Amino acid sequence: MYNTKYVLPGLLIFLALFTSPFWAGKVFGTASYERPKLALPAGEKECIEPVEYMRTEHMQILDTWRDQALREGKRTYVASNGKVWNISLQNTCMKCHTNKAEFCDKCHTSNSVTPYCWDCHVEPKGNR
Amino acid sequence: MIEKVLKGSPKFYVWLVFLGSLIGLGAFTYLFQMKYGLSITGMSRDVSWGFYIAQFTYLVGVAASAVMLVLPAYFHHYKKFKKMIIFGEFMAIGAVLMCMLFIVADMGQPQRMLNVMLHPTPNSVMFYDMMVLMGYLVLNAVIGWTTLECERHQVEPPKWIKPLIYLSIFWAFSIHTVTAFLYSGLPGRHYFLTAIMAARFLSSAFCAGPSILLLLLFVVRKMTGFNPGKEAVQTLTKIITYAMGINVFFFLLEVFTAFYSGVPGHAHPIAYLFSGHGGHVDWITGFMWVGAILAILSLALLIPPSLRDNEKLLPWSLAILVTATWIDKGLGLIIGGFTPNPFEKYTVYTPTVPELLISLGIFATGLFVVSILWKIALDVKKEAGTF
Amino acid sequence: MKRSRRQFLKVASLSVLGLSTHLATGGIVNAAQQGEQYLPNEHGLKAGRWAMVIDTRAFETPADFEACVTACHKVHNVPHIPNHQDIKWLWTDKYEHVFPEQSNNHMSEALEKRDFLVLCNHCENPPCVRVCPTKATYKRPDGIVAMDYHRCIGCRFCMAGCPYGARSFNFSDPRKHLDMAEVNPEFPTRMIGVVEKCNFCVERLAQGLMPACVEAAEGKIVFGDLNDPESEVRKVLAENFTIRRKPAVGTQPGVYYII
Repeated sequence: MYNTKYVLPGLLIFLALFTSPFWAGKVFGTASYERPKLALPAGEKECIEPVEYMRTEHMQILDTWRDQALREGKRTYVASNGKVWNISLQNTCMKCHTNKAEFCDKCHTSNSVTPYCWDCHVEPKGNR
Repeated sequence: MIEKVLKGSPKFYVWLVFLGSLIGLGAFTYLFQMKYGLSITGMSRDVSWGFYIAQFTYLVGVAASAVMLVLPAYFHHYKKFKKMIIFGEFMAIGAVLMCMLFIVADMGQPQRMLNVMLHPTPNSVMFYDMMVLMGYLVLNAVIGWTTLECERHQVEPPKWIKPLIYLSIFWAFSIHTVTAFLYSGLPGRHYFLTAIMAARFLSSAFCAGPSILLLLLFVVRKMTGFNPGKEAVQTLTKIITYAMGINVFFFLLEVFTAFYSGVPGHAHPIAYLFSGHGGHVDWITGFMWVGAILAILSLALLIPPSLRDNEKLLPWSLAILVTATWIDKGLGLIIGGFTPNPFEKYTVYTPTVPELLISLGIFATGLFVVSILWKIALDVKKEAGTF
Repeated sequence: MKRSRRQFLKVASLSVLGLSTHLATGGIVNAAQQGEQYLPNEHGLKAGRWAMVIDTRAFETPADFEACVTACHKVHNVPHIPNHQDIKWLWTDKYEHVFPEQSNNHMSEALEKRDFLVLCNHCENPPCVRVCPTKATYKRPDGIVAMDYHRCIGCRFCMAGCPYGARSFNFSDPRKHLDMAEVNPEFPTRMIGVVEKCNFCVERLAQGLMPACVEAAEGKIVFGDLNDPESEVRKVLAENFTIRRKPAVGTQPGVYYII
C-alpha cells in the first residue's frame, strides 16, 4: 500500500471518530442518559398493552391504529388481554395521558424525536 | 468528463456564480414557503394551481422537444443534426430537473413526496407522470453521457444504445401526453376537457423547445464559436415553423368549438382570458392578447423563407415564439382552466413576488445544470476535433 | 494486484449491501404478535351507500343555515379564514351558482332568493379519488369519500378534479385561525399543506350518531342508506322531485336536493 504511514493512522482516527457516540460519553464522563421520570396517569393503572410492549411498540401501534380506524373503518381495538378500547389518540390515549408535557414530551425531547401528531391532533386542555 | 467543468474561462465561472446567487435567493424564499406554506403564493381555493404548475407544464414540453432532433437524426439518419443532438439531450435533462423542482415547490407537504412511490396508484395520471419523468431523466442522462463519451474516444456508441434511443423517442411523446392527461381527464374543468389537449401540448412543445435550444446555441456560438451548422439550423427552423403553425391552428380550433357551439362551459374560460368578465378586465387579459399577437407575429416572421433564413432576424423571431407559447401554455392554460370556478364565479390569480423568486431560483438551477453539461459537451467536442 | 483489489472492493460492497438489507428487513418483521383484533364499532351506523337529501324548501331563515354550517364547522374545527385561501366544508350559495347547468332565466322569485347548502357530494364515481396519486383520498365501501390527512402530499390534483369545488386546501397553518381554547377536543384539526372537505361525519357515524348538519337541521336534511329500499332517504326520494349537481359529468353524486 502506498503512503501507509498516512493511510493507517488516518483510518484509525476515522474509525475512532465514527464510533465515538458509543464510547465518548463513558470515557469523558459527559453524557449519561437517564430515563426521564414520567408523570403517570392518575386513573387507569394499565395501558392497552403491557408497559414494556407499549414503550417499544407505541409508534407502530399508533400507525396501525391510524390505518385501521381511518382507512379500514375499524375503530374498536380488542387488546391481547381481551379488553375493548375505542381507537382514538385524542379520546383514548390522551384521556388517561392527559399531561403531554410530563409524559409524551419528556422522552421525545430527551431523545430528540419530534412526531408531528400534534400538528393536527388536539392536546388535552391541561397542557395548553 | 466531469473534469471539463474545472477548466474554463473566468466568464464561465462568473456566470455560474451569478446563477448560484439566484438559486440562493430562490432557496431562501423557499424557506419562507416552508414555514408559512403556500399562503405566500397568489393561489386561492378557486385557482388552486398557479405559476409553479404552469412552469412545470411548459418545461415538460421543452424536455420532450429533444425528440425533434433525435427522431430525424437516428430514425431518419439525418446526419446534419448529429452535431447538435447532445445539446438537445442535455437541455432535456435540465428541463426535466426543473419540472421536478417545480412540482416539489408546489406541494403542500413535500416531505411526503415519496408517498407517491410508497403507495402506487395506477389509476392516477400523476403517478404515471412521476414515473415517466424519472424514466426520461435517466434515459437522457444515459444516452447523452454514453454518446458523448464515445465521441470523446472516437468510437462507435455501444449497440445497446440504439434500443434506448428508440425508447427515448417514444418516451418523449409519452411524457408530454401524460402531462396533457393530467388536464384532459378532469371532468369539471371545461377549458381542459378536450381531446386535443395532448395534441396542443405536443405541437406547442415541438416549436417552443427547439426554439429555446437554438436561442441557447446562438448564445454559445457567440461565446465559444461553436457552430451547429447552417443547414441544421435551417431544417430545425422549418420544423419549428410547422409546429407553431399547427399549434396556433389547434388553438383556433378550440376557439371555434367554444364559440360556434355556444356552449357556455366551453366559451366562458376563453372569453374570460381575452375579455375579462362583468365588464372588467384583469392583468391576464392584456397578457393573453400580447401572447396572441406575438404568436401571429412569430409565424409572420418564420413562414416566409427569406425571413426565416435571415440569421440576424431569427433570434428575434424565436424569442417572440417562445414568449407567445410561454404565455399560452403557462399561465394562460392554468388560469383558463380554473376560471370561472365550478360555481361560475371569478377569482383573480396573480403570482406573488415570493412565488416568482422561487421560480427564478428553479430556472437558475436548470440553467446551471445545462451550463455545466453543455460546457462538458463543448470541451469534449474540442478535444475530439468535432467542434 | 490491481485485479484482486477490484475484486476485494466488489465483494466488500456486495456484503455490506447484503448485510444492511438483512438488518433493515429484520427490523420490519418485529411487528405485533400479541393476538389483538381490530373490529368496526358495534354501535356504529352501517350502510351500503350513504346519501343525503336536502329539502331546500324547508330552510327559511338564515339562522336555519347557520345552525347546520356552525354545527359542522365547530365539530370538525374548521377555521374561518377571511380571504380567498379559505376553508369550508359546508356553505351556501344561490341556485345559479349551485346548478349552473340547469339555469333558468325566468325562475320564480322565491327560488332566486333561496339559498342552497353546498358540500362534498361523496360521489359514486369520484374524479378526486381517481386522480389522487397516493390514495390519500379514497372511497370507503359504504360510499363515503374519505380523506387521510396523514398521507396527503398537498398536490391539489383532487381540487382540480372535483367538478363541484367542494375541496379546500390549507394554504397556511389552520391553527392560526382557530381559537385553540374553543376547539372540539374530540376531533383533530388539520395541518398546513393538506386538502380537506366534508367527511359525512364518519367519526360520528362510528359512534351511532347522525352527521352534525343533519342533527342541526332537525328534519330538513335526511341522511341514510341508499341501498336500503326501506330507508327514509329512499322514501323521500320516491315521493319528491329531486335534482343533483352537474349530472352530466357522470359522477353520480350522493347529495340530492328537493327543489
